[in-house]
Amino acid sequence: VGKTLAEKILSQKSGSDAWSGDIVIAQVDLVFAQDTTGPLTIRQFQAGGFGRLANPQKTALFLDHAAPSPNRQISNDHVLLRQFAGQTGCLIYDVGGGICHQIVAESLAKPGDVIVGADSHTVTAGALGAFATGMGSSDVAVVFALGRTWFRVPESIKIVLSGKFTRGVGAKDLVLNLIGSIGADGATYKALEFSGEGLANMGMSGRFTIANMAVEAGAKVGLFPTDSTTRDYFRLQGRSNHYQPLFADSDASYERKINIDLASLEPMVAKPHNVDNVALARELKGTKIQQVFIGTCTNGRLEDIAIAAGILKGKKRHPETRLIVVPASAQVMLEAIRENYIRSLVEAEAIILPPGCGACLGLHQGVLARGEACLSTSNRNFKGRMGSPEAFIYLGSPATAAATALTGEITDPREVM
Amino acid sequence: LLKGKVFKFGDNISTDHIIPGRLAHLRSNLPELAKHVLEDADPTFASMVKAGDFIVAGNNFGLGSSREHAPLVIKMAGVSAILAKSVARIFFRNAINLGLPALICDTDGIDDGDELEVDLGQGTVYDITKARRLTFGKLPKVMLDILDEGGLVTYIQKYGDFKL
Repeated sequence: VGKTLAEKILSQKSGSDAWSGDIVIAQVDLVFAQDTTGPLTIRQFQAGGFGRLANPQKTALFLDHAAPSPNRQISNDHVLLRQFAGQTGCLIYDVGGGICHQIVAESLAKPGDVIVGADSHTVTAGALGAFATGMGSSDVAVVFALGRTWFRVPESIKIVLSGKFTRGVGAKDLVLNLIGSIGADGATYKALEFSGEGLANMGMSGRFTIANMAVEAGAKVGLFPTDSTTRDYFRLQGRSNHYQPLFADSDASYERKINIDLASLEPMVAKPHNVDNVALARELKGTKIQQVFIGTCTNGRLEDIAIAAGILKGKKRHPETRLIVVPASAQVMLEAIRENYIRSLVEAEAIILPPGCGACLGLHQGVLARGEACLSTSNRNFKGRMGSPEAFIYLGSPATAAATALTGEITDPREVM
Repeated sequence: LLKGKVFKFGDNISTDHIIPGRLAHLRSNLPELAKHVLEDADPTFASMVKAGDFIVAGNNFGLGSSREHAPLVIKMAGVSAILAKSVARIFFRNAINLGLPALICDTDGIDDGDELEVDLGQGTVYDITKARRLTFGKLPKVMLDILDEGGLVTYIQKYGDFKL
């Protein structure tokens, strides 16, 4: 019997013959925390008296959740992180650089890596074939100190993709459909492994979107094999040497298999207050939206902004619907400027904000009032997440978000394309 | 042996219910943050909970963010254990890492206000109010050891490494 991607990577990094259900200690290739989890990570590291980082060049801090800081308490947290980086020699990505998961994707993650981050959406790097997963501050503090951690090797669910997306439909619709069908705890403690000929029709950006939301089904990781699309991505990022072929064995064993035909999908929306509470966008026509938010580690990449700009170019947002656009990183911002997407969006009366997480978690820059509804391209619509616990969050694709910004109500993007 | 009263919650209690992002500025001020524990799920919880009490929930407790502050403020509120039909993965690891038992059992028959007795060593829950005994799923050895040492940081201080 062969191995799944999860079993292969954890065997390699633990130096053992690892199978699902085993508990292993694996070397960690990259460990990081961000500005809302980093301060507690540092305090736990100090409480343990650990003193030195195991691998300063494999340890990173990101200032992205409140970038720049909206208040003095978080400003103090930022100072703590900068001082820790200065003292230990770890990598630090200060405000303005972008969302941790986007920078990890652009610059740090490699196929076959084990990556641990004090942020649940660390799973994003699974799109590049990295066993990347979120943990809390104590676990991450110990990885800072030891350079390794323990894992239960997960059982894998194989998602077999076929066909090609139709116009107006994309990776976000696929992952919302998947979570809707297996449930918000449908993959708890497990790996989602994506495969099939449909992968050839899906770019890196869409793969990041899907891997990013694996955790919304409870999964430990969302893993993709590598192929020519992955290789091209590394080449464009100027790190061709980081590419390596990586795929599951053909005779690996899976807990279950799910087939998805990309051509059968339609624009999907998750309704308040759970990600698995999905409906077709067209079924929600008439739902008034006061704020559209395009950005986040889920859908703040150049391809996402290109889709939104394409729909909004030469038009104006609905007068009663705010439109907030946040590129996921400085690199994305620069490319969006170069491609004139930012111009099209500002002319459509969008607000462009600096790279970061802010509005997604109700921290700043797009906080919802009581009774307001938001259509967001983010990954979570939990009660209270974006501000008032009496606000309503709907999740959709960049195309659905842009279409909704035009009409002021939830709109199937195929109506306006 | 843990003993206390039940605060019952439903399915899918997220880390945003426990401590939402709008309180991120309080994460370096834990006593202040703890006053808001579970505010968006039950605004009276923080003022009613007493040392030793239990949180009993349905499926997927603690889904969402990796913020360890969520189990931390629950522990600071005096909760002695969380019992749920299932617990989201990151929250589960975080709770154990803080020495807060998260136990998987069928919670359907346990109601708000019930008095419980939990025997961690035996793996049993006794509902005193209902005169009913349940068992909970066993933790892997590494997690039992971490729990025994009162959390991950003290466990690593003691052993210097993970021991499987």
